[in-house]
Amino acid sequence: MSVLATNYLTPTGREEAWRFTPLKRLRGLHDGTCVTSQRHSLISKAPLPAGVTFTREALSPLAVSDDVIIERVRGGAVDVAHLSIASNTELADAIFLTRSEGSLDSAELSRVRISLGTHAKATVIVENIGETVLAEDFEISLAPGSCLTFVSLQEFDSKSVYTARHHAVVDKDATFKSITVTVGGDVVRILPTVEFTAPGASAELLGVYFATTGQFFEHRMHVDHAVPHAKSRVNYKGALAGRDAHTVWIGDVLIRAVAEGTDTYELNRNLLLTDGARADSVPNLEIETGEIVGAGHASTTGRFDDEQLFYLMSRGITLEDARRLVVRGFFNEIISEINNEEVQERLMNRIDGELERAGA
Amino acid sequence: MSTLEIRGLKVSVNTDNGTVDILKGVDLTIKSGETHAIMGPNGSGKSTLAYSIAGHPKYTITGGSVTLDGADVLAMTVDERAKAGLFLAMQYPVEVPGVSVSNFLRTAATALRGEAPKLRTWVAEVKGAMEALNMDASFATRNVNEGFSGGEKKRHEIMQLELLKPKMAILDETDSGLDVDALRIVSEGVNRAKADNNLGVLLITHYTRILKYIKPDFVHVFANGHIVEEGGPDLADKLEANGYADYVTK
Repeated sequence: MSVLATNYLTPTGREEAWRFTPLKRLRGLHDGTCVTSQRHSLISKAPLPAGVTFTREALSPLAVSDDVIIERVRGGAVDVAHLSIASNTELADAIFLTRSEGSLDSAELSRVRISLGTHAKATVIVENIGETVLAEDFEISLAPGSCLTFVSLQEFDSKSVYTARHHAVVDKDATFKSITVTVGGDVVRILPTVEFTAPGASAELLGVYFATTGQFFEHRMHVDHAVPHAKSRVNYKGALAGRDAHTVWIGDVLIRAVAEGTDTYELNRNLLLTDGARADSVPNLEIETGEIVGAGHASTTGRFDDEQLFYLMSRGITLEDARRLVVRGFFNEIISEINNEEVQERLMNRIDGELERAGA
Repeated sequence: MSTLEIRGLKVSVNTDNGTVDILKGVDLTIKSGETHAIMGPNGSGKSTLAYSIAGHPKYTITGGSVTLDGADVLAMTVDERAKAGLFLAMQYPVEVPGVSVSNFLRTAATALRGEAPKLRTWVAEVKGAMEALNMDASFATRNVNEGFSGGEKKRHEIMQLELLKPKMAILDETDSGLDVDALRIVSEGVNRAKADNNLGVLLITHYTRILKYIKPDFVHVFANGHIVEEGGPDLADKLEANGYADYVTK
């Protein structure tokens, strides 16, 4: 059944937030014409350690959202899949969540919560795989002094559609680090957003994406510095190859008048590997106080560096291998931050494969 | 025994102001075991000669030939030239972000040897080459040329020379930016490669000081895109005393 198909909620593509997104390829998620399913695909891959629970329960949202699809998700999905990590729990090994099922014929509306108690420390890796239409309201709450590394891997099959908000609420002296990897799907649109609720909080948003022929990947950050003395870093790197590969990176950082002592920097770099691809990159820094430690942004979009390729080839390395090395190297800065060799290797192989298929 | 033969080489480069001829007919023959120093003022075309032989896409060959043991070097891709036995130690080695020195070296050795070197012997080989050049072991895990000091970049180039074992090496101002100690260490590396592999060397330099460490058999003075005078090691002494003024005004 379709949900909340009210006209005023339906984006037309003229809105700032939707101006890049190919609405027609969202399989009805944006206008409510999709058939919704009762799937609950997110499961834990392995038994959970002590101090960790994963349950379904009714929870009210942590934060308001102005995203139409998130509103639909909240209207249509009552239960929240809740991964809870108790106070003072320090986990050496990552918790893996994965997808148990999917379908292109119906859409899953999913609400997820990760909550860390005070001084808890964990890494959560979410494997988004398979063929699916999935809209997700992902909220993450970090209690004072807690520390989370949140890795989301968009390794969907080629026809999948994923639209999501990954929203973190970071309390006093808590450290949030996200690594968002998008390499699969037809349309992937993620809103990695952060709000700080007390001083001493910090967030590092890292990401890589690789779009090949026809794929659309959008990452639209929003970091809200609404308290003094919080720190944020954003670093997203993307590569594109093949006709009509299209990526969008929007980096909105807001430093409110009260947010004295803010320290923020955001960076987006894109590598265009072939003709016919398009990378949009829009850093957006809004500063309402001058009493800050630092605020900056940078955005670059370029092609293969001929000098790098020449250097490598002058040592006997073929053009194809040189390109592979450069692309791997480009992504390595972020991928190497994932503290799991198996995942690192899998992603690098996927990137090699994409590169080969694109004939770049 | 190998021979690198350069005949009537003419090279131009495209600039915003149109095509500029840089090399105007260069003749030079280098045999295994020989060291040829090419000396000349800035802007005379020395580096263009080096990069043209290595196949840099910026340069257009407009005449002449380059052969290595009879094979047409100019018809080869850049990597094929390396596989044929040519090596260019660059004046400004390029940074390759995210690619570790050890990964880079192993990829290059695999390409040049036709098979991946056996891990155990390879690790020892790299370690030995690094120690010989006074390089710290942590070097292998750093990204290629990223954040390297000038001296580190040059040591890294010569380490590759020793590991990759070419037949002919072109050293493009390898001495620039080196202090006396680094110059000696780097020169010793070149001399080892000469002794071990009967390497032929084309040593491009602006100053005579490196020739105290790497003894040339022949000295060629380069000015205005071609060789204007040739001689033995004595010629370097004359240049040291008189500079390039005589040649530039010719």
